[in-house]
Amino acid sequence: MPSLELPKLPLGDAIEWLVRWLIKNLDAIFDFFRDVLDAITGAFSSGLLWVHPVFLIVIFGLLIWLITNKLTAILSTVGLVLVWNMGLWPQLVNTLVLVVVAVVIALFIGIPSGILMTRSRKFEAFMRPVLDFMQTMPPFVYLIPAVMLFGIGVVPGLFATVIFAIPPPVRLTYLGITQVPEDTKEMAIAFGANDWQVLTKVELPLSLPSIMAGVNQCIMLGISMVVIASMIGAGGLGEVVMRAVGRLDLALGFESGLAIVILAMVLDRVSRNIGSGKQTPLSRIIGWYKQRRKKKEFEHAA
Amino acid sequence: MTAKIEARNLVKIYGENTAKALELFNRGCSRSEIIQETGLTVGVAGVNFEIAQGEVFVIIGLSGSGKSTLLRCINGLLMPTSGSLLVDGNAVEKLNDEELRKLHGEKISMVFQHFALLPNRTITDNVAFGLELRGTPFEERRQRAQEALIKVGLEEWKDKFPSELSGGMKQRVGLARALVMDSDILLMDEPFSALDALIRAEMQEELISLQQEIKKTVVFVTHDLDEALRLGDRIAIMRDGAIEQIGTADEILSNPANEYVEKFLQGIDVSKILDANSISKWPREVIRKTESVSIALHRMKKADMDYLFVLGARNKLVGMILREDVLKLAKDRQTSIKDIIKETNTVQSNTIMRDVYHELRIAEKDLAVVDDKGRFLGVITHSVLLMTLDERKGGDGIAES
Ligand SMILES: Nc1ncnc2c1ncn2[C@@H]1O[C@H](COP(=O)(O)OP(=O)(O)OP(=O)(O)O)[C@@H](O)[C@H]1O
Ligand SMILES: [Mg+2]
Repeated sequence: MPSLELPKLPLGDAIEWLVRWLIKNLDAIFDFFRDVLDAITGAFSSGLLWVHPVFLIVIFGLLIWLITNKLTAILSTVGLVLVWNMGLWPQLVNTLVLVVVAVVIALFIGIPSGILMTRSRKFEAFMRPVLDFMQTMPPFVYLIPAVMLFGIGVVPGLFATVIFAIPPPVRLTYLGITQVPEDTKEMAIAFGANDWQVLTKVELPLSLPSIMAGVNQCIMLGISMVVIASMIGAGGLGEVVMRAVGRLDLALGFESGLAIVILAMVLDRVSRNIGSGKQTPLSRIIGWYKQRRKKKEFEHAA
Repeated sequence: MTAKIEARNLVKIYGENTAKALELFNRGCSRSEIIQETGLTVGVAGVNFEIAQGEVFVIIGLSGSGKSTLLRCINGLLMPTSGSLLVDGNAVEKLNDEELRKLHGEKISMVFQHFALLPNRTITDNVAFGLELRGTPFEERRQRAQEALIKVGLEEWKDKFPSELSGGMKQRVGLARALVMDSDILLMDEPFSALDALIRAEMQEELISLQQEIKKTVVFVTHDLDEALRLGDRIAIMRDGAIEQIGTADEILSNPANEYVEKFLQGIDVSKILDANSISKWPREVIRKTESVSIALHRMKKADMDYLFVLGARNKLVGMILREDVLKLAKDRQTSIKDIIKETNTVQSNTIMRDVYHELRIAEKDLAVVDDKGRFLGVITHSVLLMTLDERKGGDGIAES
């Protein structure tokens, strides 16, 4: 048979070369990021762990009640108490901090990127394949450059998590804004809005539900990635899972897995409720406050 | 005095590379030739007009004739491909972004066909939107928004959200939002075509009386000749991007410039459009032949009606029952309504307005509308007919002349 073999394209080598080049030339920058993020997550974690779990759980319960409802708050509190009871509280806090920081970073990059995609055809054409790539590449693969760039620890875990969790907020921000009716935007322009006003007074408010769905998915992906990220020393609940798997310890595996599920459910319900326009105790309090202010004004006028 | 708005050989061609299309246009090629040749649409094909301060200028034409395009050129949402559009003597196409925003924010306001309200804002905040963009302080803009809402009769709804309003109310909000800007020019792109006939008539009435008070320069787009004749000081008839004729209603009606205009005017036969069916409404409640006395009583009470139409199989109209008869039956502890069904006055759905009016005068209750198979289609009440007739007075006269 004649040889049909093409010479192998050195794609992998190219990427490796790129990452090595980054390390060599921009090492200082990566170090800086690592130190900053290490400090931030460390401070958060130790701050939260310094507070007694019971006290913290009560505060969490109240916050959850404020932005959701009574039932969700009670169930969440029960779940958190269960985690504490299983002795996994410190790990849960670590994981929570990791997820929150990763999600905040992902949103900070993701939402503006989504907005930018609606403004520039070129950027949109560029981002589409990039997003596909990010979403379909097996998440384990991100761990490799993460470790190469940041070493072992929390920060490479954050890095991998951010990359994995960023596509939904980008996509859903883009989607939400493109679905704002054309004549509503035209209306704003016809009433004298500049670009910034069109964005902040029309496009973002009207696409808020879509954006919040993106935030929700970002959190969910973040949680699933944080478990994987524990392979490179990110700590938290994922580490316990890994340990259980390594020792074939079913009891520990179940408990740590359950703790992750509880965390995921709590975060899901909370993030789903924000911006959904549903009545919550918080919105009622705000409404009541507004009412009162109006009444006062009225009396003032009279 | 210079015109408030003036178009000079205004051409708008949609698309990116319009040079070739424009050249073809200037050589006198038709719209369809230009599409074939270049793939670009000529939205506005060289129009000229002057609109005076305080005038209501109506643009009318079939769908796709370029009405919206022309309107968008006037407020600078679209820039002319060639020619010029002047507002107060200033060419819109020469303004920079800042001046254009000023034009939008201060000189021109627009009312949109599909309302374009912001669903996340209350009615007051919707009305105050333009002022907010302009940077008016909170207190003042709320004050002015409320005044505008009073003008359009919606002051009680100020804290509601758009989703809680009917179509007619939404369009009032749209109107208030434009009025509150107190700009000289009001652009309205088919503002009433999303509304049903009755509410539309009401809104037209309102606009006319409002205009007497505010005396703005209004450019009003419609595809409804009736509306154009009613509202316009002058009317421009558009076709394929060009203006076929401009003139007062009388001028156009008595002296159509060409065959197209003549056909256009004839196309609108008022009596044909307005038949019994078009003004009938489904009653709040009806009753089936087989239903009982107690149900009849319950429905009458609920709907506050003193009679009900009785329907048989496939909505065939059987007759009507009167409240007093039903009460009598109830006293006698009867259950079937069959014995008290009375004949009703009916009209066929295609009966023209004048005859409907006649029938209704001799009918003791409201008039049932049926189709040729006797199926019940709706009811015409006295009040509905009177309002409609009132609205149509001008139109009927035209049909006769
Ligand atoms: N954004 C656009 N891009 C390309 N062509 C357009 C665009 N908007 C309108 N057109 C074309 O320009 C022509 C005039 O459209 P326009 O919207 O001005 O018509 P109209 O008279 O307002 O019609 P209608 O009564 O349906 O609103 C149509 O042939 C339409 O297809
Ligand atoms: Mg239009």
